[in-house]
Amino acid sequence: MVKKGRIVAFFLIVLLLGGLIGTTVMGVTKEIKLGLDLQGGFEVLYEVTPAQEGQELSQDLLNSTVSALYKRINVLGVSEPRITIEGEDRIRVQLAGVKDQNQARELLSTQAELTFRTTDDKEQMSGADLKEGAAKVVFDNNQPVVQVTLKNPEKFANITREISQLPPPDNRLVIWLDYEEGDSYQEEVTKPADEQKFISDPAVRTVLSQNTVVISGPPFQLEEAENLKELLNAGSLPVQLEEIYSTSVGAQFGEQSLNKTVLAGFIGIGLIFLFMLFYYRLPGAIAVITLSVYIYLILVVFNWMNAVLTLPGIAALILGVGMAVDANIITYERIKEEIRSGKSIMSAFKAGGRRSFTTIFDANITTLIAAGVLFAYGTSSVKGFAVMLITSIVVSFLTAVWGSRILLGLWVKSRALNKKPGLFGVKESEIDEL
Amino acid sequence: MSSKVRDIKFDFVKHRNKFFAISLALIVLGGLAIAIFGLNLGIDFSSGSRVDIQSDSTLTTEEVTKELEELGLEPESVTLAGGGEMAVAAFKDELNKDEVAEIKNQFTDLYEIEPSISTVSPDVAVDLAKNAFIAVAIASVGIILYVALRFEWLQGFAAIVALFHDAFFIIAVFSILQIEVNITFIAAVLTIVGYSINDTIVTFDRIRENMKFEKKIKTFDDVARVVNKSLVQTLARSINTVLTVVFAALALTIFGGEAIRPFAVALLIGLIAGTYSSIFIASQLWAVWKGKQLKKKKFAPVESEV
Repeated sequence: MVKKGRIVAFFLIVLLLGGLIGTTVMGVTKEIKLGLDLQGGFEVLYEVTPAQEGQELSQDLLNSTVSALYKRINVLGVSEPRITIEGEDRIRVQLAGVKDQNQARELLSTQAELTFRTTDDKEQMSGADLKEGAAKVVFDNNQPVVQVTLKNPEKFANITREISQLPPPDNRLVIWLDYEEGDSYQEEVTKPADEQKFISDPAVRTVLSQNTVVISGPPFQLEEAENLKELLNAGSLPVQLEEIYSTSVGAQFGEQSLNKTVLAGFIGIGLIFLFMLFYYRLPGAIAVITLSVYIYLILVVFNWMNAVLTLPGIAALILGVGMAVDANIITYERIKEEIRSGKSIMSAFKAGGRRSFTTIFDANITTLIAAGVLFAYGTSSVKGFAVMLITSIVVSFLTAVWGSRILLGLWVKSRALNKKPGLFGVKESEIDEL
Repeated sequence: MSSKVRDIKFDFVKHRNKFFAISLALIVLGGLAIAIFGLNLGIDFSSGSRVDIQSDSTLTTEEVTKELEELGLEPESVTLAGGGEMAVAAFKDELNKDEVAEIKNQFTDLYEIEPSISTVSPDVAVDLAKNAFIAVAIASVGIILYVALRFEWLQGFAAIVALFHDAFFIIAVFSILQIEVNITFIAAVLTIVGYSINDTIVTFDRIRENMKFEKKIKTFDDVARVVNKSLVQTLARSINTVLTVVFAALALTIFGGEAIRPFAVALLIGLIAGTYSSIFIASQLWAVWKGKQLKKKKFAPVESEV
């Protein structure tokens, strides 16, 4: 007597899953955050040294550097910046999908320490004397200039008094961005204007006692003025950053990699599906259903975790399909074995499921150990790979063991498969007589 | 219990010395290859810079070299890839930020495709290699411990031997074919470590189960019988699983594009080596060790009486 209810339940579940996946999969794939290797962008590993000599590189200093970097990146309008502290003196910045990579790189590593100096390079005033976040772009005769506000106008008055009393050409206030030990105004001033390292060197003829100072630049382009304003407002970095590793991927390269890998993935998974259908028949079809659910779930979980999909990550996903297939194969081979030994379909299903469980469990745990170590010790792309591998193992365990068992169980318990070993890929002639 | 499929009689254990010899010979050859050719280390491990340039039309090395020299840069080498529409320029030194910017501008103007550029300093290169090594070592210890807990020590060691066998194979093939070794290669080797162990565990699991049904395991021959039986029983699964994963790795190798090819090739080799080692090496090793252990136990009490 065939229990049709269970078969109806099976098709209802499949329809439901199909409907859910079909209607939401486009939205899910759109939400996936692509790594810089798949959409272009760059990654830089900086070695950090304190800006002031003798200063110790503390965790606080690193943290404040990271938050200053985040502020600057906001200027660029990158949606998913990732900045991480690595080890004791390194900071990794990953910017995917950034449009102007050169500008971004410049903006990131500039220390942005503004100083006002005399012509013999003595520091008179620094960024610490400016009001925070008060820099703005204003126009002076249609020429964009950057205006900063002073904390203490008296100090500025004193400085300008001294300078104005000096004979020309020494009555100049030299404004530097990131003055380095050894830079010399006397040397720079002899160079052509576009090679000078200082920003500007206005002559001071009277005592200035206002609380704003205008940096007129070596005439600024509007964009340059905007950048300087943003840098000053984001605050200077308390450290110096030196690039020790960098990788940048052109947008077209990234797009190409994405398209090719996705195509390869479809072909590979398609082949696996065909093989399963051909070799395992009805259980194979169930494996195809649970594998599809597995891929869908992986993407959903990935979005939940707010993780970034990278090239190695796609590879891990495809490998995860292999592991999920393996779990199915182990179970089905075990069921086939039990059928061949003469058991009924029902008891073969139960025994096969029970006996294959420990195998799959131990195999998955050992792979999980390897993936966990990768996660702990890997950096950037290896880490992305490990995250995907761990997610894959967990989700594949759920879908391939639990999902397959429920779906196949509906068929077995409906008794529609009784005495039909062919549906499991077992020939009548292979079955032992009990 | 005596018919059909399970009657495929192949004495895996009897031929063990042949398998050991094959693997040993291949390992020696691989070792020689590594000694002679070395590894084609990418900048991730050797430091320096690498520029990937792409164009819609066919490029020549002269053209790319000339463009770079115009910027005052001297590449160590320029090679073509991807049917001549891609060029890879390698530099011994790290390009600085400004040089990177110049190259990007120059080639983006020229070909309208922004090049990809990586730079690695020697410190970082050493760190990457060190971390990869530590990762493999820790993973191995973790796996041995787990297998020892769930199975037995000897199986844990046999599994690790199989694992290093597989990892070594990938490295040897990369040396022979001179495929670039970069950071994703490490990911591939570690994936194979995971897969290889997975594969071996499935066989050991069956051995563990069959051992329970055996009433008396006294000699090496008893062990050999169990191992043979277990291998035959898991053979269909081993072959089918590796087939499906090989489909995926092959598709990645053929259609996956330049960036992922080294990774896919490493996977492909590792998968095949992994299946070979779990069928022909790991279980046999265990059988030999287990046989010795049984012998010791047998004689131990006799000796103590003397």
